[in-house]
Amino acid sequence: MTLHSRILGAASGAAIACTAFAAQAEVLFWSTQAKPVEEAQAMREQVLADAGDVDYQPNDGGPWLTRLQAELQAGSGTIGVLGALHGDFSAMNPDDLVDLDDLGVMSASGTFNDLAKLGTGSMQYIPWMQASYIMAASKEALQYLPEGADIDALTYDQLIQWAANAHEAAGEPKFGFPAGPKGLKHRFFQGYLYPSFTNGVVRTFASDEAVTAWEKMRELWAHTNPASTNFSFMQEQLLSGDAWIVFDHTSRLAQAFNERPDDFVAFPAPAGPTGRGFMPVLAGVAIPRTAPNMDAARALVEYMLKPETQIATLRATNFFPVVEVALPGDLPPSVKAAGDAVAKMSASADANPGLLPAGLGDKGGDFNRVFVDSFERIVLAGHDIRAVLDDQKGRLAAIMEETGAPCWAPDAPSDGACPVE
Amino acid sequence: MTAVTTDVAGADTRRAGRWVYVSAVGLLCAWVLVPLYFLLINTLSSPETVNSFPKPFIPEFDLGSLTFFANFAGMLTALKNSILVAGLTMIMSIVIGAPAGYALSRFDFRGKELFRLLILLTRAFPLPLLALPLAVMFIQTGLDDTVFGLALVHTTLAIPFAVLITFALFSGIPLELEEAAWTLGCTRLTAFSKVVLPLILPGITASAIFAFVISWNEVFAAAVLTIENRTLTAFLLQNLDTSPLHLKFAGGFILVMPALIFIFAVRKYLFAMWGIASR
Amino acid sequence: MNARLLPYVLILPVTLFLCLFFLYPFLLVSKQAFSTGAGFTLDNFREVTSYWKFPITMRNTLLLAAAVVPIQLALALLMATMVNRMKKGRDLVLYVWTIPLGISDLAAGIIWLAIFEQSGFLSSMMSGLGLVDKPVNLLTFQNPGIVFLAIMLAEIWRATAIMLVILVAGIGLIPKEYYEAAEVFGASHWKRFLRITLPLLRPSLQTALVLRVILAFEIFAVVAALSGTLFPVLMGETYAYQFDLLNSGAAAAMALIILAISIAFTLIILRVLRVPKGATI
Repeated sequence: MTLHSRILGAASGAAIACTAFAAQAEVLFWSTQAKPVEEAQAMREQVLADAGDVDYQPNDGGPWLTRLQAELQAGSGTIGVLGALHGDFSAMNPDDLVDLDDLGVMSASGTFNDLAKLGTGSMQYIPWMQASYIMAASKEALQYLPEGADIDALTYDQLIQWAANAHEAAGEPKFGFPAGPKGLKHRFFQGYLYPSFTNGVVRTFASDEAVTAWEKMRELWAHTNPASTNFSFMQEQLLSGDAWIVFDHTSRLAQAFNERPDDFVAFPAPAGPTGRGFMPVLAGVAIPRTAPNMDAARALVEYMLKPETQIATLRATNFFPVVEVALPGDLPPSVKAAGDAVAKMSASADANPGLLPAGLGDKGGDFNRVFVDSFERIVLAGHDIRAVLDDQKGRLAAIMEETGAPCWAPDAPSDGACPVE
Repeated sequence: MTAVTTDVAGADTRRAGRWVYVSAVGLLCAWVLVPLYFLLINTLSSPETVNSFPKPFIPEFDLGSLTFFANFAGMLTALKNSILVAGLTMIMSIVIGAPAGYALSRFDFRGKELFRLLILLTRAFPLPLLALPLAVMFIQTGLDDTVFGLALVHTTLAIPFAVLITFALFSGIPLELEEAAWTLGCTRLTAFSKVVLPLILPGITASAIFAFVISWNEVFAAAVLTIENRTLTAFLLQNLDTSPLHLKFAGGFILVMPALIFIFAVRKYLFAMWGIASR
Repeated sequence: MNARLLPYVLILPVTLFLCLFFLYPFLLVSKQAFSTGAGFTLDNFREVTSYWKFPITMRNTLLLAAAVVPIQLALALLMATMVNRMKKGRDLVLYVWTIPLGISDLAAGIIWLAIFEQSGFLSSMMSGLGLVDKPVNLLTFQNPGIVFLAIMLAEIWRATAIMLVILVAGIGLIPKEYYEAAEVFGASHWKRFLRITLPLLRPSLQTALVLRVILAFEIFAVVAALSGTLFPVLMGETYAYQFDLLNSGAAAAMALIILAISIAFTLIILRVLRVPKGATI
């Protein structure tokens, strides 16, 4: 027993020493972004080097949320600044985030600033960086582009034809789609497929146009690498050659362009009957009400919005600035490629930009699940499209009614909860 | 004549049996080692090779990926924290768990079944769900972000192993041995320490290994409950699955190595007391 | 010390410890499973069990445990008896066999994905042998059988050692005299194994099986790494409820369902492999 008590004694001594140590004026930057080890390293060494004493800690969603909830429940904490996606913040209670209006910094986009209010009257987070989803292909695949197709203005039919040609030439399906557990497939349906075919997401969920959209998805899937249900970062499959033509988040394609810039091209997402649907990714920084050192936290948020910091962040994470900056000429190949593709996508004549889901609160996950379930049932399990959509429609309507979230673009505006028609 | 032939045949079958036996051992060793060898190849490959096809079967000794981790700021502190937490977990789980294992094997007492169920329940409920109330409790009591606090949680995970393994081993030791010692004038305590303890040392080592490895590999609680004092898994490796392939493998290798070294270091104790019972 | 009190004194530290660090948070979490805001309700259980994927995840989890655990048990027994006979190199062989013990499910997933993925080592090997001329895609939704097999292999590789160590330590406690006596009577290896090793190993077998079965129901990381979304298991759904859908009530309900299954199987194993009272060697 003496050994036991001695250990306990020593350990609690250590515990006291450690808590005293942690009380230094350091800001803990608790983030769900820039998680890959190289990006985290770049955040620490390049982006935050001049920010004073900042401890940058990227986490998986689970630990990130659990720690945050624990601090909020306990009423005291160590997290100074939160870095996360719009969806993560909108799932939180706005009261748990400090109002940031008086900081005087905000993004250059009024839309983003509005989103950041989370339905309240003031900024709950400050937009921090943005990205989008684009297409990328191996140059090897370019020879199979269908006759007369312009890679910068593809239609869904041309994309399917292209994937089919590549399939035939290679003897195996070469389209790649991030349908893995951590893949962002739901964003493809919400921001690309639905807007391009139905000019809506919620209202048109179970429309006849939606049935067409899912039929096209099935056609595309026939030429999609069947291991796609295991793909979450398409840069891996581009590099290994397991997929030639892919769709993914710009930062999840970056490594391919940076490692072998001459082997790949980036290009805009395809267009459907109702335009070229696409969607932004928005990350923000916020301060939880339990932040130990408010002033230091505020200073860090301001620092993150400085033009130099934004450019450094772009280099480190492949997320683009949200403030007006003049981009330098020596950016990494991934940034150039992705930037060009996004610019072409937004500038295209048939552009049909969508917004991020807003007002869903903590039902964002359920909302995504509606689309992922539809995909798994229609495309993977081969169920009847109409039956699945009618079934999922009920779930979607329940989510919209419960949250009362109004429609967002490209759905037509609504009074009150966005209806599923 | 017949005797001689059966003898030859017997020797033949014995030789054949021996051959089967040795090759089975070799095969099982290969079964364990080959996947690890693949990990080593990928760890020591350049990023291009990791993505190539077909894969090489001989490492090319490119240290790029490992160097990346070696230059990672804070690696050593995190490593130290990991070892501290694992060490504390080891000691606490045995000091607290072994007496209970002994009680379970030697005594019939009311509530025994309930107690066993409680022990098992601990392993049957996912820690990530428990992490939130635990973190709240730790923040309120000041245990938050300490090596000791994390070790307490890891001990909770390791205790079922410690209790059940020691229980199984104590049960395997005849009560008569102890009773004999008592009749020779030993008290219960001395009988225990002189007779029983040496017998179950290997089992204690086994539970110690479990405790160490459980603590070493645990990510979720470590990520939630430590900030300044991050363990290696929480600090560096919880985001492996989102990292580029070559770093994923190198990180996996770094995650695996220390545990292997630890098991190698204690294997003597695990099996040195081998067969003492039969003497 | 009073022999009636002694057992309670001995289990007191564990009990206190578990009450504080397990039972207390466990009760808080379980409470969530039975409430959706107001009063006692079973809505959370209704919600998770009526989800269309629930029967699939339940079936997958049970199927995997049923396929993997018996093989692991047989393999661990085989390895343990082999080690027991060994004279030279026992330490080294045993070390090699216990290596997977130190490998987390996270790392095991990474390792086995490197083997089975399209441009992985298995494909490379087959192309080296001239069986295929380009990488073959094994882990796809058209090959649920291969996906299942891959998960099985990875699990057998990763988690057999845990049983092995317990069994090896248990076999070491069986007196050699029993075997010597059996040999005198001309019992074969197989008979000795059946009549001596197995019965005397019962406490260790029980422990090894119970722990392994409980852990088998909690499998997640290896499955996610190898199957992606193709082979949903109970634990994966639990995490999805907790962290993607932010529905901690439903997550707690799922966890309690897993717990109930674990307890049921534990009781069965304890009953079947009951150690008779006062059983000694």
